[in-house]
Amino acid sequence: MFDLLLIILATVLVNNFVLVKFLGLCPLLGASTRLETAAGMSLATTFVLTLAAALSFLVDHWLLIPFELEYLRLVSFIVIIAAAVQFTEMFVRHASPLLHQVLGIYLPLITTNCAVLGVALLNTHQSTRFVEALAYGIGAGLGFCLVMILFAGLRERVDAADVPAPFRGAAIALVTAGLMSMAFIGFTGLFRA
Amino acid sequence: MATTMATAILFMGGLTLLIAAALAFAASRLDDNADVAVERIHRVLPHTQCGQCGFAGCRPYAQALVAGTAALNRCPPGGEATIRALSHLLDRPALPPDPQYGECGPAAVAVIDEAACIGCALCLHACPVDAILGAPQWMHTVIEADCTGCELCIAPCPVDCITLVPPTRETCA
Repeated sequence: MFDLLLIILATVLVNNFVLVKFLGLCPLLGASTRLETAAGMSLATTFVLTLAAALSFLVDHWLLIPFELEYLRLVSFIVIIAAAVQFTEMFVRHASPLLHQVLGIYLPLITTNCAVLGVALLNTHQSTRFVEALAYGIGAGLGFCLVMILFAGLRERVDAADVPAPFRGAAIALVTAGLMSMAFIGFTGLFRA
Repeated sequence: MATTMATAILFMGGLTLLIAAALAFAASRLDDNADVAVERIHRVLPHTQCGQCGFAGCRPYAQALVAGTAALNRCPPGGEATIRALSHLLDRPALPPDPQYGECGPAAVAVIDEAACIGCALCLHACPVDAILGAPQWMHTVIEADCTGCELCIAPCPVDCITLVPPTRETCA
């Protein structure tokens, strides 16, 4: 139990998927102009991350490895992720049509989010049990949530501030993300994971 | 080599079929019920977007009808045919048209008197169905095929150059 909590904590802070591993930058920059949009987007991505991590671990453990089909890992994982995103989109449209309309194209774009495929593939290397894979997915999602919400809050302020003309828009956003990344790298050595 | 290919194709085929079945099941259970009903109601409204029912267009009125917060006799351009269709779809008793929301009069379309038009573009923004052609400081004209006779352009015109004339088609039932 404790090692699962450790996995989650390590993935949220020390090995944060967005700021330390630099995966999933597209929704970070694309859906972070408003706090509400960022919160909705990060919740959807967390849902997909957890679901995709769990399903891909199961398929890998029960079907790919026993039948020696490891070469089909990449293709099967992508198909599973696409299906998980499709299911998430259906669910979001059912639960909140407004959020679905606000997120727009960024919801199906979670399929191409390399953090989702990254979690699925990294699980094949470093997780031996299903609960470990699930914890890794949850940790990745929570880390993504944390960064999205922090970044959206920062970005709302930066957009209203007196930024020099060449830096306005994406440039200052990337500089901000870089500074946040440096802050998060400070978590290295928090504990020996 | 051939068996490897056959295994791969079989496995991917099986996996995708399984996933497709799961998604189809999820889609049938997660159907957006409220949206389907609103869409059905919206289709029988006349789409003049005139706002006479008190809502900001036909879709908000359709949403209120589905939610049960509006009476079904508030649409003058729809007339009695629309009331009957709505009563049938919503399974509520039909009511006579409510005169508080306007009269179902003879159909009309707007015409701009080009000699008087000053090109101020105020009527362009007032038209809910974008039936007026023109730009600021250029001549404005109403496209008769798109005009629904909602009369929303008549008030903003500062020179009162828009009049209603009988159209060449029926809009009111």
